[in-house]
Amino acid sequence: MAQTGVAVSTEQYNYDIIKKFSIMAVFWGVCGMSTGVYIASELAWPFLNFDTAQITFGRLRPVHTTLVIFGFGGNALFATSYYVVQRTCQTRLAGGNGLAMFTLIGWNIAILAGALTYPMGITQSREYAEFEWPIDLLIAAVWMVYLWIYTMTLRNRTQAHIYVANWFYLGFILATALLHTFNNLAMPVSLTKSYSLFAGVQDAMTQWWYGHNAVGFFLTAAFLGMMYYFVPKQAGRPVYSYRLSVLHFWALSFMYMWVGGHHLHWTSLPDWTSSLAASFSIILLIPSWGGMINGIMTLSGAWDKLRSDPIMMFMITALSFYGMSTFEGPMMALKSVNALSHYTDWTVGHVHSGALGWVAMISFGSFYHMIPRLYGMKKMYSEKLIYVHFFLATIGVVVYITALWVSGIGQGLMLRAFDEYGNLAYTFIESVSFMHLPLATRALGGAFFVTGMITMAYNVYKTIQMAKDVDQAGVNNIASKMAKA
Amino acid sequence: MFDWLEWFTHMENSKPFALVVLFVGFVGVIIYLFTGKKRGERLESYKNMPFLDDDDDLQPPRTDKGEKNE
Repeated sequence: MAQTGVAVSTEQYNYDIIKKFSIMAVFWGVCGMSTGVYIASELAWPFLNFDTAQITFGRLRPVHTTLVIFGFGGNALFATSYYVVQRTCQTRLAGGNGLAMFTLIGWNIAILAGALTYPMGITQSREYAEFEWPIDLLIAAVWMVYLWIYTMTLRNRTQAHIYVANWFYLGFILATALLHTFNNLAMPVSLTKSYSLFAGVQDAMTQWWYGHNAVGFFLTAAFLGMMYYFVPKQAGRPVYSYRLSVLHFWALSFMYMWVGGHHLHWTSLPDWTSSLAASFSIILLIPSWGGMINGIMTLSGAWDKLRSDPIMMFMITALSFYGMSTFEGPMMALKSVNALSHYTDWTVGHVHSGALGWVAMISFGSFYHMIPRLYGMKKMYSEKLIYVHFFLATIGVVVYITALWVSGIGQGLMLRAFDEYGNLAYTFIESVSFMHLPLATRALGGAFFVTGMITMAYNVYKTIQMAKDVDQAGVNNIASKMAKA
Repeated sequence: MFDWLEWFTHMENSKPFALVVLFVGFVGVIIYLFTGKKRGERLESYKNMPFLDDDDDLQPPRTDKGEKNE
């Protein structure tokens, strides 16, 4: 029976590639989040640099961001998008195993190459796009193949309509192709060094056009695709309003591209650009909250699942953090608030409220739903461990962002304070000294989150082992029946 | 023959033009979604697409002790 289940799914859909992407996501998640805790600890206890350039904060920070965003998040998106597109189109992934394997190997080689080159100081110095040009070319090739596989699978669908989750995924793939190409236009001078084609404020604007839309399309739209499939599946009821989900998609697509300039308030960027970005940031609150409410209301009539289903707890908590961070973001995009928050830890806390609270938690929930099904099982190895993971993650995020609110707002107020003679009221080192306790607390919050991630890795490993045992038992059963016959 | 295209090369023309096109397009999406009872019903029927497949062929998990957990 076990064999039959797996065999049917394997014939109908390409699950093998999804399994591999899922395992890589968990692997990079553990590595990337552990690196994050280490560099957070370096900020609180600088001796952890050990006077070694390769492990200083500046070198390891892009390793952390690359591993969690592209390693964990990217692999999770490949896995879930390949899963959702096949199941909602009722067709097998286009292009066969070869092309899908190319995306897996190419993508993960790029991640590994980044993690190895950044500590050596090989970087473009563009935030979230630190890869040097040879790795950028590899990513571009992978992405074109990914786009081809995805669109051809949609084209081969046996259903008349394309489910809205696929719209979000396709929007993410197209926007990322655009962003990656134009942000990385550069003139190589050697294999490990290149110079951007842009200069001065145009360079900054291009960087943040890329940076914020990476947040908008990679870390938001794509994970909303995940949400629009896995939340209804786990809740056992369809999304609250399908039309609202379509409106959510178009509103995000129309508005996100305009907001990157809010990262450059009070700089040499023209004031109108900055104001335009702030205006669109505020408007963006409406579709973001519309989508959040649509997701949460999907549970309408089944609220008891919030008590009894830890996977649903992950998903609804993720949506709550999505709502919170999409309120905090527009608020921080206001010029007056930004004057206080920019260049402080408040920004770092805000990013992690979205990255840990929304992106990671919706991924955890989706993986706990999807992974057992990939292996022909109904549930994970241990539901208790999902509960443990949920509470470790939630406590970790709350501790983390609270600590950085204290650190960031305190830091901002101290750096802007003047005495009665118009002199700065605090020296820079006084603000650093003030931040020590919040930064140590932040590292503790991160440690909670990583412990949860390791718990998940163990649970995934045991689930895969359990599925293999069931398969083996099925084979033995058939063999013994045949022997008797 | 294509002189009229020059009008678009001036940023003071092309930017408001793009704004009008995008705004009208967005309003069109809203009108399309929320007018027409039959269309509304058809669109809402797509919400059931994730449930087209079923998980009947899946195995129930076992408890931590290795027993079936029905």
